[in-house]
Amino acid sequence: MTVTLRVRFVRWFHQLASPPYVYRLAGQLAPWFAVTAGLLLLTGTYGGLVLAPADYLQGDGFRIIYVHVPSAYLSMLAYIIMATSAVVGFIWRIKMAHGLAVSAAPLGASFTLLALVTGGIWGKPMWGTYWQWADARLMSELLLLFLFAGYMVLRASFDDREKADRVSAILAAVGVINIPIIHYSVEWWSTLHQGPTIAKLDQPSITMDMLSPLLVMILGFTIFFAWLLCKRLQGEILNREGHARWVEKLLEEITR
Amino acid sequence: MSEFLQMGGYAAYVWSAYGITLIVLVVNIWAAFRSHTGALVRIHHENRPERSGRQPTVRQIT
Repeated sequence: MTVTLRVRFVRWFHQLASPPYVYRLAGQLAPWFAVTAGLLLLTGTYGGLVLAPADYLQGDGFRIIYVHVPSAYLSMLAYIIMATSAVVGFIWRIKMAHGLAVSAAPLGASFTLLALVTGGIWGKPMWGTYWQWADARLMSELLLLFLFAGYMVLRASFDDREKADRVSAILAAVGVINIPIIHYSVEWWSTLHQGPTIAKLDQPSITMDMLSPLLVMILGFTIFFAWLLCKRLQGEILNREGHARWVEKLLEEITR
Repeated sequence: MSEFLQMGGYAAYVWSAYGITLIVLVVNIWAAFRSHTGALVRIHHENRPERSGRQPTVRQIT
């Protein structure tokens, strides 16, 4: 029993490095992620804009939290996924892992930008300014945007894909240092950005009716990211495997 | 309804934040699908140069 389970697991693990298997898996998962993300985002938006009570201090202005926090959280998650898979690809020379890292980069960059923009819009009425150069949270999140951009620009500068994979993985790995800096920046240097609200180990300082739409939105953003990661990974696999026989067969199937 | 739209005086901030979020989500969907179908179309032409005049109809992408 345990032996067959282990054999199955090992086989599955090896399949994860096989392009046609990953391509098909991503294609099968994508529609489920799409539907789930759509439902969660609609529910969360309704909860955040309608059901949640106005904040006693910030009034209805606090409702920006339901798009700002999920995008900021997702920007970091995307970076961790990108860096982890790039490093896995670097160490074990797995092309699919590099493909996953490449797919995560533009998604992560867009959500980093979204976190910065929604943060600025939120900051204007609450802090009186869209931006402050001296704030550690703002600076480290801006650095995250540059890391995503740097990863993509660096890759584009190589003609040889394998070389691009290896060099860009090093950049991605070094940039991981920035993730704990973003997370703890509001505690280490308290300037403009407020302290943590939900990511506290003891007690989140937010009531349930405000918190639950936020958790729904965070989950919705995450699954939305998983959906588009699947689509981008499919494209990336085709870019890398364009002349393989299984791709030719696939093309014959869908263009018949 | 109009009270809801006014967002307690924060309408400009709240709605612009949600509007920009919607734009980012939609653009991401468009770009991700384009990266997939774009790769399919490109390889379709590359693998068989003789059919480069014909556009493939990508009915089902799985």
